Amino acid sequence: MILVSIIGALLVLIGLWGMLTQKNIIKIIIGFSIIDTGTHLLIVSIGYIKGGTAPIIDKTIARSSVVDPLPSALVLTAIVIGLAVTALMLVYAIQLYKQKRSLDINDYKELKC
Amino acid sequence: MYIIIISVLGITMITAAFTAIYARKLVTSIIAAGVIGLFASIIYLLLAAPDVAMTEAAIGSALTTVVFLYALNKIYRFNEGEKND
Amino acid sequence: MIKRFVTFLLILLVGFFFVSYVVKVKPADKLPSLANDYVNKGIDDVGSANIVTAVVVTFRGLDTLGEVSVLFIATAGVGFLMRIEDKKSKLIKKRPASELLRTGTNFLMPLIFLFGIYIFLHGHLTPGGGFQGGVVIATGVLLLLLAFTSSDINHTLLNITESFSGAFYVTIGALGLFLAAGFLDNRILPVGHFGKLLSAGAIPVIYSLIGIKVGSELVGILDSLHKDE
Repeated sequence: MILVSIIGALLVLIGLWGMLTQKNIIKIIIGFSIIDTGTHLLIVSIGYIKGGTAPIIDKTIARSSVVDPLPSALVLTAIVIGLAVTALMLVYAIQLYKQKRSLDINDYKELKC
Repeated sequence: MYIIIISVLGITMITAAFTAIYARKLVTSIIAAGVIGLFASIIYLLLAAPDVAMTEAAIGSALTTVVFLYALNKIYRFNEGEKND
Repeated sequence: MIKRFVTFLLILLVGFFFVSYVVKVKPADKLPSLANDYVNKGIDDVGSANIVTAVVVTFRGLDTLGEVSVLFIATAGVGFLMRIEDKKSKLIKKRPASELLRTGTNFLMPLIFLFGIYIFLHGHLTPGGGFQGGVVIATGVLLLLLAFTSSDINHTLLNITESFSGAFYVTIGALGLFLAAGFLDNRILPVGHFGKLLSAGAIPVIYSLIGIKVGSELVGILDSLHKDE
């Protein structure tokens, strides 16, 4: 429904703002996780049918009153991959801290010209 | 009826998102990110998608918080191990 | 100050794209025709009561194979970056957990494992499936790591479990090429009666293998983060 799309879009915008303005590396990674959650809400809200039930068929459920199963299947994969990428990013942050003892992103400017 | 529940959950999620960005301590931000995942799982249940609700509650709320706290523990313990040397 | 203002303008631009979607969308009244096709074919041909399971395992089976590979690469990356290089182990003595936690873990761990196995075995009848069951099993092992601080995970057993379940998954998929209509087709085993446990062809077998593989990969990630130098 539309309200969930608005919530998802607002979460994506807040996460993007957090990623662009914060200096602590851990907070940047938290912003990335918030963007992930917002995107998944946006995708699942597309598949809602008014008055629909969960897509699990029984003897009492008519075949035409279930919600769309496709966005659920896509988001199922995306949630697990989001966790894997977040874990990898955090391990990179630990290794960066071991090199320079600082979690501030302004100290890592070697790639800037 | 659903509109009221979803708007209350939505306002809580946006407040938690702002808390996660602007808090002073890191542990507060991490727990706020876990709360966002938990309320998203309730919204998925109201949207008639129970598989996604189970997965988001287990992975997005529990395991993400645990992995963040493990990483913080490694960083702080590194600090302490250095002070003892 | 000027940087904050430019960032704010950028956020407004992205928000404008979202607004132009939200304004035009109308919630649907009946199922679109593609979803109707999937629901009908899922019940008649594949034979599973949970349509999302039918979509994830058979209709979009290659996406699931790709996701399992991405999880494997992430686990390998985490295990490589958190390796112990120099063997000068400063023995940080861990104090044991409280008795409440230990007793609770003794009671709860078999129940958590049983619940996880139930979830991925009944993936085609109830909500759930391989991913959820694997995550529940990994949470049970996490409880074991936190309660008994001197316990150690047997890495050889973990590697063998993960590799063999991945190899069997691809072998069953390749069997579908010879015995049924294509890669990862589930009609290599009889479709059976609708709604029973041993139905829907090879879906219980495939989902159990996926559940075991995802569980052991997440245990690998948690164990690399848990052990200290």
